[in-house]
Amino acid sequence: MTSKNKKGKKIINVALPKGRLGEKVYDIFEASGFPCPEIREDSRKLIFENEDAAIRYFWVKPSDVAIYVERGAADIGVAGKDILLEYNPDVYELLDLGMGKCRMAVAGPADFRDNTGRTLRVATKFSNIAMEYYAGQCRDIDIIKLQGSIELAPILGLSDVIVDIVETGTTLRENNLQVLEEIVPISARLISNKASFKFKNKEIESIVKKIRRNINND
Amino acid sequence: MKFDNGINLKKEDRNILSLRHLYEQYGFVHYKMNKFEEYDLYVSNKDFLSGDNIITFTDTNGRLLALKPDVTLSIVKNYREAAGTVQKVYYNENIYRPSKSTKTYKELMQMGLECMGDLNLYHISEVLLLAAKSLEALSDRYILDLSHLGVIRGFLKELNLQPRHEERFLSLLREKNCHGIQTLFDSLKIDDELREKAIALAAAYGNMDSVLKTLESISLNETMDRAIEELSTVCGVLEEQGFDNVHLDFSIEGDMGYYNGFLFRGYIEGIPTGVLSGGQYDELMEKMGKSSDAIGFAINLSLLEDYETNVGSYDTDVLLLYDSSASPAALMEAVQELVEQGNTVQAQQRIPEKLKYRRLLEFDGERVKEVIHDIEE
Repeated sequence: MTSKNKKGKKIINVALPKGRLGEKVYDIFEASGFPCPEIREDSRKLIFENEDAAIRYFWVKPSDVAIYVERGAADIGVAGKDILLEYNPDVYELLDLGMGKCRMAVAGPADFRDNTGRTLRVATKFSNIAMEYYAGQCRDIDIIKLQGSIELAPILGLSDVIVDIVETGTTLRENNLQVLEEIVPISARLISNKASFKFKNKEIESIVKKIRRNINND
Repeated sequence: MKFDNGINLKKEDRNILSLRHLYEQYGFVHYKMNKFEEYDLYVSNKDFLSGDNIITFTDTNGRLLALKPDVTLSIVKNYREAAGTVQKVYYNENIYRPSKSTKTYKELMQMGLECMGDLNLYHISEVLLLAAKSLEALSDRYILDLSHLGVIRGFLKELNLQPRHEERFLSLLREKNCHGIQTLFDSLKIDDELREKAIALAAAYGNMDSVLKTLESISLNETMDRAIEELSTVCGVLEEQGFDNVHLDFSIEGDMGYYNGFLFRGYIEGIPTGVLSGGQYDELMEKMGKSSDAIGFAINLSLLEDYETNVGSYDTDVLLLYDSSASPAALMEAVQELVEQGNTVQAQQRIPEKLKYRRLLEFDGERVKEVIHDIEE
């Protein structure tokens, strides 16, 4: 793949998270002067390029964005703070996009009583976040790593509580669960590969500046 | 650099040779080490190694040894102080560290140098110059980022944060996370001026002159002033020598329990992480009972090899097919002739399945003749 366009401008590779959030993020990029209309067409293409704007987008699984950026396959990308906290990639976090807002929380049955006399069983996708949170409280926990349907775990007695992302709380309520403690607020962040930030500094700083202006106007 | 005896020196080998030559030009002496080191040395300096995963084994005499995860500690341990002088050494060693991605140990080729003793800004400039020259020798597109912990330390002094908040602030600084600093400082009710200066420090990046100007406007106390002064002197020297690929950046990671003063990291285009890292480590010297100053850097040469894109499309220039009836002497003569023409040659009776060759020749026992010309191109 070429790294420069015809005018000699360096092309910036952007990893966008597949899904609703990614589409909203693309809207911001487009409004900031980095359009690539082709991306809205329903196709099986993976990579979309606008040579004039010197930008190239690709869709990746949201939890993989940080990997693409950390390893330099993408210069910049958009990832949820949850992913950044969980995997702790070696990247720069340049901007809080203020989108995809939700919170990382501990949830459990509405009538949950925390028995501090024994090890707490925690079901979660985010084992590092959970471990760090409870280590901060010197609480001994057992992590039960699940990939989905985390809410099921306390209902079936697989775990005492769960650590998960809570958006509206509807799923929790419908399953007779509630937020017990809030760990950290989450939103989408613009991240950059450290080496790219240096070699494509002007281009990346300019994108950040334009996007910052755009989200502040909203 | 030219090598008389061959065209096919691997890039890695060439890198090592040119770096050795460079360091020796500036009076650094080669320091060859034992592969093993007393485990004790690492236990007491875990934070310096950022991790305590070390390959250990018991020697035949019962002592616990380790395969070196780091070279600097061994050099410092063996360093004998002599007032008023400096000792300059360079090394080229394999080290063993766990890889973040595979979670298993990996062998890495590291090349680096250390300068220990009564250091002044000349020595520091020299080491930084060599860092820049090393990067230049490895690639024509490189950047050397330079930081000074005095700036950060001076800033922390004014903030007077609790240890855990200080830790948090430093990690935000490393991420260039301006919005995070804003949130943290707002929650700690730190005044606007300090907050804006902290954000300016995190965001500062670019050529020496422009960032030095920003720094002067951020400076809050004498510690910072002194560090900025030192940066400015050293930047002046580097600029004078024609090195303007040096950028100032305060996101470089360095444990303040070991490092002080200058901290730097080198990047090469095409490699997503830094390849060179170094700094001034007077604090480590003190921890190990030495009163001298020290500065050094190391280059991860394995990383260069991993990202080498120009690996060559051919295994050999010529694949020479011969018949079993060909006499060894005649075949040898044919091969010799091709080698003397500057080719790399492999003689085979059949075409090996995966072999990539530029030309296919045939030896019928007397003459070499072309079979198919340039089929790969």
